[in-house]
Amino acid sequence: MSDTILLAHGSGGQLSHDLVAEVFAASFTNPILARLEDSAMLADLGGGRLAFTTDSYVVRPLFFPGGDIGRLAVCGTINDLAMSGAQPRYLSAAFVIEEGLPIADLRRIARSMAEMAREAGVAIVTGDTKVVERGHGDGCFITTAGIGVIPAGVDISAANARPGDAVLVSGTVGDHGMAIMSQREGLRFEAEIASDVAPLHTLVQAMLEVCPEVHCLRDPTRGGLATTLNELATQSGVEIIVEEARIPVRPAVQSLCELLGIDPLYVANEGKLVAIVPEAAAGQVLAAMKAHPLGREAAIIGQVRSGRAGRVSLRTTLGAHRILDMMVGELLPRIC
Amino acid sequence: MRYVDEFRDPARARALLQRIHDRARRPVQLMEFCGTHTHAMFRHGIRQLLPPSITMLSGPGCPVCVTSAADLDRAIALASLPGVTLATFGDMLRVPGSRGSLQTARAAGADVRVIYSSLDALEIARREPAQTVVLLGVGFETTAPTMAAALLQAEKEGLENLRLYSLHKLTPPAMAAILRSGEVALDGILAPGHVSAIIGSSAWEFVARDFALPCTVAGFEPLDTLQGIADLVEQCEAGIAQVHNTYGRGVRAAGNPAAQALLAKVFEVSEAEWRGLGRVPASGLALCGRFRRFDATPLLEGHSLEPAEAREPAGCRCGEVLRGVLDPTRCPLFGRVCTPDQPVGPCMVSSEGSCAAHYRYGEAR
Repeated sequence: MSDTILLAHGSGGQLSHDLVAEVFAASFTNPILARLEDSAMLADLGGGRLAFTTDSYVVRPLFFPGGDIGRLAVCGTINDLAMSGAQPRYLSAAFVIEEGLPIADLRRIARSMAEMAREAGVAIVTGDTKVVERGHGDGCFITTAGIGVIPAGVDISAANARPGDAVLVSGTVGDHGMAIMSQREGLRFEAEIASDVAPLHTLVQAMLEVCPEVHCLRDPTRGGLATTLNELATQSGVEIIVEEARIPVRPAVQSLCELLGIDPLYVANEGKLVAIVPEAAAGQVLAAMKAHPLGREAAIIGQVRSGRAGRVSLRTTLGAHRILDMMVGELLPRIC
Repeated sequence: MRYVDEFRDPARARALLQRIHDRARRPVQLMEFCGTHTHAMFRHGIRQLLPPSITMLSGPGCPVCVTSAADLDRAIALASLPGVTLATFGDMLRVPGSRGSLQTARAAGADVRVIYSSLDALEIARREPAQTVVLLGVGFETTAPTMAAALLQAEKEGLENLRLYSLHKLTPPAMAAILRSGEVALDGILAPGHVSAIIGSSAWEFVARDFALPCTVAGFEPLDTLQGIADLVEQCEAGIAQVHNTYGRGVRAAGNPAAQALLAKVFEVSEAEWRGLGRVPASGLALCGRFRRFDATPLLEGHSLEPAEAREPAGCRCGEVLRGVLDPTRCPLFGRVCTPDQPVGPCMVSSEGSCAAHYRYGEAR
């Protein structure tokens, strides 16, 4: 096989077959995929409702401190399933690859996906590859879809927040977005910022064990914590009040944000969740989160109130109150 | 890396606020020149915590906002020329000119690329030697040295396809123009931290000398800003008018000589057109000497737009906002027709614009 992706790798002919067999099937090995049918045939998924989600991943650079696009694609879809309380089971993976991408990079991505899937206990059971001309893609785009099973009795929805509920976050915010930005900007810091990309389903499981009636879960990806809180407040028709001083932010992330004039509350996360739980259960849920490796820095950051539906307020470290709005446009470093 | 928290310590902030409350006896109007101060104050809620006797007015310190419609039209015209790639900071994309923005020009086929640093434009120029890459130079004394450095590098590498369209502006002349106009009654000036790191706190001496007003250079963290305001209030109460520097860790009286030398090498001071202030003598930077060959302006010859054609967006009162004459929330368009999603004027677009600060942090909602 050649060292780089050729347009012919997308032709559907021998090269395409070789690529699938040598890079993807070899990495994602499992009996369902091994049949290489047009559709994956899934074993009986047992009782409970099914959760089904899909997401596309575009990131530059493809490899960044703390992860790569493959790990991101697997974790992102697992997390979307986990936010409904589902146990993730099966994933699909479709690749749009740019002509000229080194095959070694693709192998590295596939291995990373396989490793992540194995660790998370999910199987990548179906997929697709397409090749686009040089200049028409950023190396590689990945689309993953996922199926999971929601255990009986779990009812999680962004519309379930109730006045009095506590708002929790599972750890420091802004790590992923600033890790990517620091790579793109070529900003080198004493302490390198690593992406937090991680699968959150076992953390969710641990939380549901102590509190099956968790009201809302959402992973604050693009748009960051602020945007997620706004979505929850709007969908539940409640007001959310959070305390700036209680929101965990890594000092290196805070410093880089200050330098670029960016608010960490709007920066993407890939391994964090926001939970809204009944006030009485907040302490227990927090303890369960802190006992999990992905929730060690979890914190209760605020409260749901009846107030004005859809509004998120922030009590600043200085004790003033202000609106915490949705993100508008994209995050851009300041000029001045 | 504990740097930030140190300057946000709530106990120390409370002590400073107490000091301000104790000293402020008569009503004062202070102007923060810089949009970064405006945003930092909103973000931390500082305005709410000040005594009602202190009014903070936002000044023209937002480079995106003060770019005139005519200059923006020319930038759009440059971007639309065949074979030209315009490299710009993202903030400029959505600013409305007379007929659309760089964003709409891009959608119509102009080659407009967002860069994060002037060096990104160099990279584009190296990679695409057939294109003429025009770097859109928007910014104050803080940004201009990075543009100068890019040109020096281009010269060193013999890059023939890089140009600069310099809309750089100097802050002290704009401050002087506002003070000279006497349109707003001011009792003191909160001078910008980052800009002063380059030009030095001594660059503001004219405020005290010519206008008998106190002027304090302050940083952008909450404690920095509060310290600056406390100092201004104390000067007002004591009846003194001096230039003080409360941002000692970043700013020296003489500024940054290396950056100044870089500016002097590449640029000469020229007249510039400011949105809101009009043409202000000696308030801009134009390429000088052997660096004139990097000037993008000649590309427009034969395509040149009549300045008279340029017009502000209908009903937009950004000019008055930039002079501190109009509170953003008093603009009839504010929050109704003009929002960060659908901005009419630049002060609602830029992350340093005061309309955006008022809207985003909800003071008027």
